[in-house]
Amino acid sequence: MKPKSVAVVGAAETTRLGKIPDVSVIGLHADAALNAMKDAGLKPSDIDGVATAGVSPVELAHYLGITPTYADGTSVGGCSFMLHVRHAAAAINEGLCKTVLITHGESGRSRVGAGGFGRAPSSLMGQFEMPYGVTSPPTMFTIPVLRYMKTYGVTEADLANVAVIQREWAAKNPRASFKDPITVDDVLNSPMIAWPFRMLMCCLVTDGGGALILTSAERAKDFPQKPVYILGTGESVETPMVSQMEDFTSSKAFRVSGKKAFDESGIKHADVDHLMIYDAFAHLPLYGLEDLGFVKPGEAKDFINERNTAIGGKLPLNTNGGGLSYMHSGMYGMYALQESVRQMRGTAAAQIEGAKISVSHGVGGMFAASGTVIFTNEG
Amino acid sequence: MARMLPEPTPETRHFWEGCRDGELRLQRCTECKHSYFPPRAFCPKCASREVEIYKASGKGILYSYVINHRPRPDMGTEPYAIAVVQLDEGPRMMTNIVGCPQTPEALVLDMPMQVHFAKQTDDISLPLFEPAKG
Repeated sequence: MKPKSVAVVGAAETTRLGKIPDVSVIGLHADAALNAMKDAGLKPSDIDGVATAGVSPVELAHYLGITPTYADGTSVGGCSFMLHVRHAAAAINEGLCKTVLITHGESGRSRVGAGGFGRAPSSLMGQFEMPYGVTSPPTMFTIPVLRYMKTYGVTEADLANVAVIQREWAAKNPRASFKDPITVDDVLNSPMIAWPFRMLMCCLVTDGGGALILTSAERAKDFPQKPVYILGTGESVETPMVSQMEDFTSSKAFRVSGKKAFDESGIKHADVDHLMIYDAFAHLPLYGLEDLGFVKPGEAKDFINERNTAIGGKLPLNTNGGGLSYMHSGMYGMYALQESVRQMRGTAAAQIEGAKISVSHGVGGMFAASGTVIFTNEG
Repeated sequence: MARMLPEPTPETRHFWEGCRDGELRLQRCTECKHSYFPPRAFCPKCASREVEIYKASGKGILYSYVINHRPRPDMGTEPYAIAVVQLDEGPRMMTNIVGCPQTPEALVLDMPMQVHFAKQTDDISLPLFEPAKG
């Protein structure tokens, strides 16, 4: 896509985050969508493109009373929304539609109107992974990490420190689920989930949602909010089976998606003021920093331990508190995008002063897919 | 509660029949010689349909794992390792480790492993791995 040709003109999360037992999944999509439309000063009749994952774009359009000329149901897990942004930008530039609504909603905690987690026993995962007792993401996403730790001399304390620093960011965010300070010892003494992962190295489980509205940069100037421009995007997928990743010390989907986005944007890593890396578990920021090219392979633990990503550091990372402390309904990518947009608007709880470029990087499945969006507030 | 078991498809049946008969069967491209897993009727490296099934050595190394402390209901009550073994022939596969304690001390990365077929039903035996002997 042409950099800065499309902008975010509406962005909002659900009215509440956390425990929302009185709203169903589709209701969370709608709440976020209504908040985003209010933010942009639009009505459903002004929207002509829809994109979502988890529910079908058909269900979404019907529920909200939208008649789209563009519908995207790409569903590759938690980074689906990064891909939706990318596809929407292309669709707007191609004239398929003018105004795209992207929604997320998930009743991760309360399970109201939510589907189950299951795989057909005849699928590749059902045949070659499920029989060995994997239960849920904490026993799949985590599989590569011992190889990464052995290769680069990463310790359990290094993993724990990722969670500690993100909690420091969360403390600045009134909407974060967990705000109390934690230490490396606290993390290492928290209940064992799947060794070497302790509870405080795993994302929390909550209810919530978010929505974005995109339109052409040309139209964006007429909206009430400061436009946040799309500078570059990338996407890729690798394998649905974590055991079949090409390299357990690096995500191919991350590398391909990140490079595509950086190449498209024309920026250098040193230009980035703010970074979001989807942190379903504490190892994800380590992989992300390396695979996106901010540091060399094996350098991420020192980069984090030296507090470069912490408050006051040169590369503020996961400033909302991340999936580890902010919220995580199951497909966290939308919340990473929301924080990037807030930072670019200058309205984040832990605002980075003068930030002009924000990178939002997502993962889907267990290292299965990836999407990257680079934003700027300079038109 | 019975353990969750695979349902073979036409493309994977040879693998599961092999496990039932005590053989770890892999596939190999006869053109580019790439060995691969999981089973499919073409080479994922060069897309050739000229592939063959062969009996693998059943040997490999412990590549990575976690020890799950929240057992799935069909897996008993004790913590167990969910592991990836890298086979001598190249491919990696998910498995469980048997014949040794399920502890970080006993499960050392890169230790030599050998396949062990654990019969579940008349049709399905799961390829598990144990520390190599001798």
